Amino acid sequence: MDIEQLKPEDFKSDQMVRWCAGCGDHAILSSVLKALPQLGYKHEDVVFVSGIGCSSRFPYYVNTYGFHGIHGRAMAVASGVKTSNPNLCVFVITGDGDGLAIGGNHFIHLVRRDIDVNLILFNNRIYGLTKGQYSPTSKQGSVTKTSPFGTIEQPFKPGGITIGANGTFFARTIDSMPKVSTEILLEAAKHKGTSITEVLQNCVIYNDMTFGDITDRDNRDDRIIMLKHGEPMIYGKNQDKGLMMKDNQLHVVQLGENGISEKDLLVHDAKTEFAGIHLLLANMDFPNYPVALGVIRACESPKSYDVKMVDQIEAVHEKSKIHSVYDLLHSGSTWEVK
Amino acid sequence: MSKQAKVIEIEEVAIRFSGDSGDGMQLTGTLFSDTSALYGNDVSTFPDYPAEIRAPQGTVGGVSGFQVHFGHTQINTPGDYCDVLVAMNPAALKANFRWVKPDGIIIYDVDQFDAKNIEKAGYKSDPFEEEDVTGIQLISAPISNLTRESLKDIGLDQKSILRCKNMFALGIVSWLYDRPLDHSISFFNKKFAKKPLLVEANTKVLYDGYYYAETIEAFTSNFKVRPADIEKGTYRSINGNTAVAWGMIAAAEKADLQLYCGSYPITPATGILEELAARKDLRVKTFQAEDEIAGICTAIGASFAGSLAVTTTSGPGLALKGEAIGLAVMTELPLVIVDVQRGGPSTGLPTKTEQSDLMQALYGRNGESPVVVIASSTPSNCFDYAYMACKIAVEHMTPVILLTDGFLANGSEPWRIPDLNDFPDIKVPRVAPNTKNWQSYARDPETLTRTWAVPGTQGMEHRLGSLEKMNITGTVSYVPENHELMSHIRDQKIQKVAADIPPLEIIGDEDADLLIIGWGGTYGHLVTALTEVRREGHKVALAHFNYIFPLPSNTSEVLGRFKKLLVCEINLGQFANYLRMQHPEYPYRKFNKIMGLPFTVKDLTEAVIKNLED
Repeated sequence: MDIEQLKPEDFKSDQMVRWCAGCGDHAILSSVLKALPQLGYKHEDVVFVSGIGCSSRFPYYVNTYGFHGIHGRAMAVASGVKTSNPNLCVFVITGDGDGLAIGGNHFIHLVRRDIDVNLILFNNRIYGLTKGQYSPTSKQGSVTKTSPFGTIEQPFKPGGITIGANGTFFARTIDSMPKVSTEILLEAAKHKGTSITEVLQNCVIYNDMTFGDITDRDNRDDRIIMLKHGEPMIYGKNQDKGLMMKDNQLHVVQLGENGISEKDLLVHDAKTEFAGIHLLLANMDFPNYPVALGVIRACESPKSYDVKMVDQIEAVHEKSKIHSVYDLLHSGSTWEVK
Repeated sequence: MSKQAKVIEIEEVAIRFSGDSGDGMQLTGTLFSDTSALYGNDVSTFPDYPAEIRAPQGTVGGVSGFQVHFGHTQINTPGDYCDVLVAMNPAALKANFRWVKPDGIIIYDVDQFDAKNIEKAGYKSDPFEEEDVTGIQLISAPISNLTRESLKDIGLDQKSILRCKNMFALGIVSWLYDRPLDHSISFFNKKFAKKPLLVEANTKVLYDGYYYAETIEAFTSNFKVRPADIEKGTYRSINGNTAVAWGMIAAAEKADLQLYCGSYPITPATGILEELAARKDLRVKTFQAEDEIAGICTAIGASFAGSLAVTTTSGPGLALKGEAIGLAVMTELPLVIVDVQRGGPSTGLPTKTEQSDLMQALYGRNGESPVVVIASSTPSNCFDYAYMACKIAVEHMTPVILLTDGFLANGSEPWRIPDLNDFPDIKVPRVAPNTKNWQSYARDPETLTRTWAVPGTQGMEHRLGSLEKMNITGTVSYVPENHELMSHIRDQKIQKVAADIPPLEIIGDEDADLLIIGWGGTYGHLVTALTEVRREGHKVALAHFNYIFPLPSNTSEVLGRFKKLLVCEINLGQFANYLRMQHPEYPYRKFNKIMGLPFTVKDLTEAVIKNLED
């Protein structure tokens, strides 16, 4: 089939989608299906790898190669797929429990190595498949089945972890903004290196409206900021708010007040290697700040791990005199018995 | 003038080099054993070293030893007891005196036997009074001082000078057993290519040690061990870890697959990962993962993507990999898991050998999760069984666990280099191109093996996963009857591997009453004990298992031929219990040791004779 002619429907599998009605995962699936034909990869060169959890059923619903692994290990399985065959386009589908609790170690090491895979983190701040226990991203104080009196632990911020592990790409979107999600996923797939896309996702059964503050249509535009590389950080229903840097802190400012104009605002530089500003932006939270969406960090990776691995092998292969098992077995000290 | 000593011809000799872990005893032993192998002797070695890299100097805990057994006849073990002990300090004597033969020789560095070191080693007075040295020839050699003297004008600092003293010891032993020095010297030239001063220093000290032994007249004779009468061919020296790595590389070449190793360093298995990492010239891909679980999971990902995937570990790592092995069972992907067994439980005895992971390999997973389990039995046949592990994994689309142990991994022996053409082909069950309506869990009716379609192949897109699969279609299924069917299929699929494995063979007397039964790394000791017992006029036989699950098809028939079955293993009886389960129709006797050490032939011989009698 000609790559140019593929449509989203061509990537749908024949399996019945079994997520709850109203689950944010449906919208994410549809955003991914829209992005897939635009990637420039042949159908058979795309692989979805997942772990365990509601989101991890994802590969069954996409008609490409897919691998549904074990809890927490999607990052490791995907690392194996991509380094084994760097020509493949590999996606990792994981959640806040799978990717940041049981799989937290693999998450940071995937990011550190910068293997060219695209990880989509479905963050609903709850364990859905086990029916409602708190996760590493649940807000402190969250009342869940395993925290009937509220959690007493600090949540992880996925952006902070990614940047802390020297990540080269971090983006964020919301399930209810599918068009934005598709655009971001295309950016993520283009990135040469590990891309982390956090999708704020609603669990309609166990954590409904956990992102209600920022997804509510009436107030949404005043509570989120869509970051675009090279553009000033303006947001708000009336495009009258912005972000400034003062005393090493981000400040929310009102345009037109205190003589502040657009030129005083920060201009988003997603490509700078300087992680400080990206960390501040990724960690912004409502109500003190708008929540940042879009591509927050996208540094140029000179070469991803999987490419460097092949380069090194070819360089050594070129130089060595050993090119077969016969050469290997007869290398070094040998002797004849006659 | 040196006196021409008498030369005595002998059949075999065991020498144990021992000193502080920083004294270079492993290198000394390796150079000596390689020299002997090059000379044409049969050789078996046993490195015995502490888990600590540099334990406090001069203490028994920090003693590192290396035993070399070489001979004119076939050598199957590194020898229980040594003819010569080289003790570089009192602690080395303390740790190893028990291994010296009653008529043996102890060569010791007298300069290190001062009051402080004697006390550190735990002796209260003169070590040679505390130990019963009656009948033992003691050679007191001022190794440290003579090394200093030898190198005083060479322009090295004191510390570097003293580092050469192991070569003085090697020189002494080389003279005593009439070994040429050229292999060691060419080693120095290669190793210190950029430091000619070190080449000169080590060479000089080696010669000085050699001439010292020739001159002192302490030795009434030196010994000659003629080359062994062994099969014609090209030989090299190999240890178990390298043999495993090379066997897998050979399988990948034969199958025309990319070899991929996802692993995590762990003693005593690390040598396999290190060798594979060095083999980029053969395009081996290695991935040193963040932990044991990631090691196996990257291998599973690579297997899904079409590589011949392996992971290497030891007991604690196998425990961590259990869930992922189940994933490979469920997804029916080829995967080789190498477990180089060590003393357990928990961290246990990392550098010591044991056979106590058998049950873990067979059953250490959730669910009904059968995998093929095989075990190699000599350092060099680790090559053959690694090859077979890969062949079975690929041809039967299953995980295979290959068990070796610390003794095989680090032990080395001469190996006749095989011809890869003599190895059986590996048929990769790839989906034929342009297959229409391929189904991921459709099976070969004979072997129950499914076919392998890898990402990048047009028209074969499919999903694998850890959830139960519907037979044939491979879709997720919770149907009760299907789960029962699949459980039986997974079991049968492994049982059917028995058709591909050779029958169990008997060594020794077919008409004996007693059959010694062993498996894995104890082969050398068992076969030597068998020979000893038969030499003493008893009838006895040995059956040694390399295929554990499934067992060879003729197992029951073989076991049924003998009145007494004595299962010998380095654990508390895991294989005996397994045989009881598989073949409850026979009674089993057990002989077990669990000291972190190989069997001694002496213990085995006694046990066999005792069981012959009652």
